[in-house]
Amino acid sequence: MTGHGATVTDGWWGTESVSVMYGHRVALDRVSLRAEPGRVTAVVGGDGAGRTTLLRCLAGALAPGSGLVHRPGALRTGYLSAGSGTYPDLSVSENLAFRAAVYRLPAAVARQRSEEFLARAGLAQAAGRLAGQLSGGMRQKLGVIAAMLHRPDLLVLDEPTTGVDPVSRADLWWLIASAAAGGAAVVLATSYLDEAERAVDVLVLDAGAELASGTPEQIVAAMPGTIGVSDERPEGEAGWRAWRREGRWRVWDPGGKPQDPVVAPDLQDAVTVAALARELAGARPGVGGHD
Amino acid sequence: MWAMIVKEFRQLRRDRRTLAMMIVMPVILLVVFGYAASFDVKTIPTVAVGPQAAAAAGALGRPFDVVTTAPARGRAWAQQQLRDGHAAVAVVTGGSRPDVLIDGSQLFTAQSAIAALSAEATKAAVRSAAAGQPAGASVLPQVTVLYNPGLTTADVMIPGLAGVVLAFIGTIITSLGVVRERQTGTMEQLAVMPLKPRDVFLGKIGPYFAVAALDLAVVVGVGVGLFGVPFRGSYAVFALGAVLFLFVTLGLGILISSVSENQGQAIQLAFMVTLPQVLLSGLIFPLSSIAVGVRWISYLLPLTYFNEISRGVMLRAEPLGPLWQPFLLLALLGLVVFTLATLRFRAFLAPAAPRHRPGRAAPGTPQLAAPGQGA
Repeated sequence: MTGHGATVTDGWWGTESVSVMYGHRVALDRVSLRAEPGRVTAVVGGDGAGRTTLLRCLAGALAPGSGLVHRPGALRTGYLSAGSGTYPDLSVSENLAFRAAVYRLPAAVARQRSEEFLARAGLAQAAGRLAGQLSGGMRQKLGVIAAMLHRPDLLVLDEPTTGVDPVSRADLWWLIASAAAGGAAVVLATSYLDEAERAVDVLVLDAGAELASGTPEQIVAAMPGTIGVSDERPEGEAGWRAWRREGRWRVWDPGGKPQDPVVAPDLQDAVTVAALARELAGARPGVGGHD
Repeated sequence: MWAMIVKEFRQLRRDRRTLAMMIVMPVILLVVFGYAASFDVKTIPTVAVGPQAAAAAGALGRPFDVVTTAPARGRAWAQQQLRDGHAAVAVVTGGSRPDVLIDGSQLFTAQSAIAALSAEATKAAVRSAAAGQPAGASVLPQVTVLYNPGLTTADVMIPGLAGVVLAFIGTIITSLGVVRERQTGTMEQLAVMPLKPRDVFLGKIGPYFAVAALDLAVVVGVGVGLFGVPFRGSYAVFALGAVLFLFVTLGLGILISSVSENQGQAIQLAFMVTLPQVLLSGLIFPLSSIAVGVRWISYLLPLTYFNEISRGVMLRAEPLGPLWQPFLLLALLGLVVFTLATLRFRAFLAPAAPRHRPGRAAPGTPQLAAPGQGA
């Protein structure tokens, strides 16, 4: 329905102020996300942060209660749901053949692309195996290949790398990067902040609301105050602003006085600080019973 | 052990449907089947034809219920009434003695008719003997059983049993189709694919339909070959009935699947739908014997109509015309099942917004549909 031309270079996909409620619980609170063609956007956050809900809205599996979703048609969207979304009782190549047929890929193109992707992901030998017999990592790779087989304009991946060994993770990132290089806007959810640092744009969610967004550098630069390091957890009020990392304690000082020694924060620190700041301000809209 | 009992109880309490089925269903089933389980034929629809039709109709007592008296008609018309299922017994007058034609494809009704006639004959003989007349002076009717002269059970059961087998296998197998998608997490994937609810429904039943059609042909073939059940009517009419019946049966399985949360629930529900068909479809107990309060259920069951069609076509060579009613009702059932299943699929495939309290989550945000929805 959407042409594969102008929209890819000019347009962007994403959400504008999207809210979702499950009964009385706020799952998403006015979340906006901008996914640009050729870029990888990571959605990070803890359990229950709303990552899956946001991705489901973006992919079209869930209609938001309010707000706007910009998405190419179903034919031009690729989606990997939580889990691998493949049929365990179909072989690897049968799974891909099904996807190709649903997305109306010509058989020859589908075969050639499947072979290419499977080879690059180290799955060529497994083409005849049942998806249910694959290891977790192999199944995730199959899921990602299935989602990107039709070269979608928007590729939405829910936790593609969770529970995957480092080698398979590298394969997965190769696949993801190649989809972006091919012009797709890629949005992926992850709980690994080191992985989010590889993305061009990051959206941090906490309890259904946006905590921070931008490039990893922008998020780090926007961090208020400074971070100190100590061997023991500080006493008193400062103890609430401390967390353990790499065997020591990091203490956030919102006032930003130079401390001894001060560390240069990374994305992980910045995200932790953003969550702390919100918690301390008591401004976590929609958390718990708000009746 | 106590811990185990407590755990099981807690799990059982969560699974409301199983609990309801364990407590409520046995009662309902007993009541329904109790009212249905009756071989007693209280009324037998009868036609009387020939010059003395009115007199014959007057002479017939219970259980004969004369629905039509047609003095101008003859034997051929009477037989057609039986073939088309308008009556189970026909009295043909005009000969030296009346001819009684009985539809043998309605086994219990036929047996009751024969029993009633012989009771009448005995009474008449006793009466004439008492009046001092020679035995046999009263005019005894000539009884002819049509379509199933030997009153063989197999001939009557096998056309319907073919349907029972297919209803069980078809509904139970297809009832797993959608819950399996949900349990493997592929439903979510289907939801975003460029597929219409109709595509998913027809795609789901297509393969099973092909297998079930073959299966039905084999079952009927075995019935004819092994049990010597006659196949007197048109294969095409039977095939059309079978196609409609299989569509309803398999579609029902898919519908069950779409309202079930797991495979266990789906199978339970499939049993709940197929089990009553065995007892209420007229296969075992004649429909007319089933209490009216329960009989309406019979008219909602596809097997009832398939039973009518298969018996009519196989035993009585009934053509399509007089079978229009079961065909139409099967088609209607098919339409209802298809519509409901498609609506259920639409709920998955083109998701609606979850319940939302305006102004709470996003004050002032316009309610706008997502572009590309339902594409």
